[in-house]
Amino acid sequence: MTNHWVDIKNADLVLIMGGNAAEAHPCGFKWVTEAKAHRKARLVVVDPRFTRSAAVADYYAPIRAGSDIAFLAGLINYLLSHDRIHHEYVRNYTDFSFLVKTDFAFEDGLYSGYDAETHKYDRSTWGYQLGEDGYVVTDPTLQDPRCVYQLMKAHYARYTPEMVEGICGTPRDAFLKVCEMIAETSAPDRAMTIMYALGWTQHSQGSQIIRTGAMVQLLLGNIGKPGGGMNALRGHSNIQGLTDLGLLSNLLPGYMTLPGEKEQDFTAYLEKRSPKPLRPGQMSYWQNYPKFFVSTMKAWFGDAATADNDWGYHWLPKLDKTHDILQVFEDMNAGRMNGYICQGFNPLASAPCKIKVSGALSKLKYLVVIDPLATETSEFWQNHGEYNAVDPTRIATEVFRLPSTCFAEEDGSLVNSGRWLQWHWKAANPPGEARNDQEIIAGIFLKLRELYRTDGGAFPDPILNLAWRYKQPHSPAPDELAREFSGRALADVTDPKDATKVLVKKGEQLNGFAELRDDGSTACGCWIFAGAWSEKGNLMARRDNSDPYGIGQTLDWAFAWPANRRVLYNRASCDPAGKPYDPSRMLVAWDGLSGRWSGSDIPDFKADSNPADGMGPFIMNPEGVARFFARDMMADGPFPEHYEPLESPLAKNPMHPDNPLARSNPAARVFEGDRENFGKPDRFPYVATTYRLTEHFHYWTKHCRSNAVVQPEQFVEIGEALGAELGIRSGDPVRVRSQRGFIVAVAVVTKRLRSFVLDGQPVHTVGIPIHWGFTGVARNGYLANTLTPFVGDANTQTPEFKSFLVNVEKIQRVV
Amino acid sequence: MTLSRRQFFKVCAAGAGTTSLALLGFSPDQALAEVRAFKLARATETRNTCPYCSVGCGVLIYTLGDGSKNVRSEVIHVEGDPDHPVNRGTLCPKGAGLKDFIQSEGRLLYPEYRAPNSREWQRISWDEAFTRIAQLMKEDRDANFIATNEAGQTVNRWLTTGMLAASASSNETGYLTHKFARSLGMLAFDNQARV
Repeated sequence: MTNHWVDIKNADLVLIMGGNAAEAHPCGFKWVTEAKAHRKARLVVVDPRFTRSAAVADYYAPIRAGSDIAFLAGLINYLLSHDRIHHEYVRNYTDFSFLVKTDFAFEDGLYSGYDAETHKYDRSTWGYQLGEDGYVVTDPTLQDPRCVYQLMKAHYARYTPEMVEGICGTPRDAFLKVCEMIAETSAPDRAMTIMYALGWTQHSQGSQIIRTGAMVQLLLGNIGKPGGGMNALRGHSNIQGLTDLGLLSNLLPGYMTLPGEKEQDFTAYLEKRSPKPLRPGQMSYWQNYPKFFVSTMKAWFGDAATADNDWGYHWLPKLDKTHDILQVFEDMNAGRMNGYICQGFNPLASAPCKIKVSGALSKLKYLVVIDPLATETSEFWQNHGEYNAVDPTRIATEVFRLPSTCFAEEDGSLVNSGRWLQWHWKAANPPGEARNDQEIIAGIFLKLRELYRTDGGAFPDPILNLAWRYKQPHSPAPDELAREFSGRALADVTDPKDATKVLVKKGEQLNGFAELRDDGSTACGCWIFAGAWSEKGNLMARRDNSDPYGIGQTLDWAFAWPANRRVLYNRASCDPAGKPYDPSRMLVAWDGLSGRWSGSDIPDFKADSNPADGMGPFIMNPEGVARFFARDMMADGPFPEHYEPLESPLAKNPMHPDNPLARSNPAARVFEGDRENFGKPDRFPYVATTYRLTEHFHYWTKHCRSNAVVQPEQFVEIGEALGAELGIRSGDPVRVRSQRGFIVAVAVVTKRLRSFVLDGQPVHTVGIPIHWGFTGVARNGYLANTLTPFVGDANTQTPEFKSFLVNVEKIQRVV
Repeated sequence: MTLSRRQFFKVCAAGAGTTSLALLGFSPDQALAEVRAFKLARATETRNTCPYCSVGCGVLIYTLGDGSKNVRSEVIHVEGDPDHPVNRGTLCPKGAGLKDFIQSEGRLLYPEYRAPNSREWQRISWDEAFTRIAQLMKEDRDANFIATNEAGQTVNRWLTTGMLAASASSNETGYLTHKFARSLGMLAFDNQARV
């Protein structure tokens, strides 16, 4: 979230699209209710299903699953063609006036540089025109046909209301009603928040759906504002934290990136990631990358990381490609992997295409599962009848199952969607011999290190040099680890302007990332968390819920990254002169008397930068402003474009009916072998989409008696029209089949799923709640990912769980 | 009218208006026995965070057991934290069932091992588990570690063993796990944010 849960109460309009907060995030959704009750805010829901969020919405518009970009692109067209944008904001805070290279092109659904063999783009033409001074050439009049504004206007003019209706199935009047409601928030003192979740991410073009939403918010001037922002409602309690800490194939802590194998030179690695400003007077905060990187290496390798060995840079693995979960299961299935460790992750249920995952796990030599619960993954080799029909005697994988503690049995911090690091305390001892995850990781690591120390082996250096100075090495304590990622001074840290002034003494905890140095004098495991545990103590454990400004800014409750800031880009809530667009909801403002920015939040800005100096509010970007044109930073294009899901009921992309290469995302993550294996509408005519229920959390709560009682049995939802067509009534058992397998479940026939007519053909949607499996106390069921396709988003590789094809048949079941 | 304390409460509980008995002068002469006190009154309250979705609701966990060395505390109740600025004491149907997660019969109790082609689990000790896992990892790493690629560039990666980390684990666990995985040279490394 750019903003946070309580801030939703400051919204004038709430758009829920690609999520269902009332069902999946109920206690956060209450802030929508609060905004409605106390600000007369209105709620708009756009969703394939009439969800629980839709049930309390002021307006609901249906949409075919997988067509969100077309809807949002139509909205962009509406805002631009009706001149319903926040002019001052877009002129000053975005790239509207930037000129794009003359050889950048978009033709018939493909951007310049596409290679149809590799399904990848050469992105070298996706950039700005640079002047001799190294800065981007701009046209403040916005008349140049190569300026971002003109290119964008032309790009989205194609998304007429008729086109939107033809792609999304949304009735034209419903679409226009939503546009009109949203356009009202282009007024400087009106704010819209967008709340989305996996309904936007789990598509082969998920990142671009989210970008399109962000572009809408920029046009309206809603980024940086209270009650505004792009608010990802993340799915797990610490999925934000694990991402912040960089636990993804290609990341390092704090959104730093691992080097690619070509990056043999340390200085070049740093330079590439420390971009110089692209416009005069801009901050380009990533220029501090060397400080963040060296401090992380000092936290990881301690005294062994020195200037002479490039702070341990060469100990880090270098990427040949991203080894994301889809790539890993592809490799595992091909027999290219031997071992796998699943720590609190149940991939047999949550990775796409269960049969492929199961086959892959069966080819491993060893699998280690660390979990509080008996997951399906840990029993993938066991026969559970129709729900897991495998023969254990044919599976040679050695499996270890290690019991870990749950939240109630440990201290530690979790990062919620609003970026709050909240500390929690151990309440009880774990059952049996269960141990906490830190003890388990330490147990394996210390054994390994001992083996390398005594026997030697392949490249032991990073293992032997890893800093492990915990009071009890077999059990690193949460407070020790929190101090380590927050950071401390290894030597006195002095003021860069006055070397005699000591900011932090040697050995003390740092106050924040501004104190990080690139000379090895600071250690900080995750720069964006810097200051979470300072000399003032554990700020994550703070519990003062006072809200002095009355707009939900509880700065003394826990700690928010970065720098305890609650609303990102909050400088953009003020006009160029530094005056809040809405003084009644002031986040920050320029105080000319003190020469500083201040307010109800920590300024997301250089605190003493006079507005007259013209620094832009998007300080992480070298442009200083927000980008509509993504340059070369997205794999599948600088402007989002609608493509059909890999499995779609439409034979052609209505935007590009004559170009088969542009039917689905041309750069989507598809492995050869899978490409020809997608379901076709002749055999699988219905659109399926997966989702959560409010009574359950993924595959955990089927282990909890009360949750199993309230929602005991697997079901699927179909609309009344499809029910009538197939002779299915509520309560009938049905088989839902995709190209990859089938599940059997009870049918719920409902008005909540309506049918669309697209290209003269009816399109029905089948809803598939995900929560059942073959372990737990709820009735056994089929893992829903039996059905889902092995295809990922072009940028994040997130699988397309929200739109694929199935068939449905009524069956007779012997009870 | 002579009533023991217990009888007095029984009478009071019998119907509306009976609490006025005390006002009429019928108070118990002495406390012969006590009704059972609320369990929460002698429970320990611990502040925690719901482990499910990302709202990060504050929860209060109530345990019995005074923390003495040989006493095992037992969770008896979980409820929303009324001081928490986001959930203000509320919990959803998932959070309301947290006690059943903590005490689920699906909780794993001790390390287990499944041998190749076996149909069953066997119980092992932690030390056996760590020793065997470390051996397997080292054998695989030593055999398949890639120090340099075909172009002769130093790459120091280990691709044949991978790891999935847990997006419900704490930052402290995540941080340690990241250190651990990269020191081994792992790249096949992800968490649920990917899916």
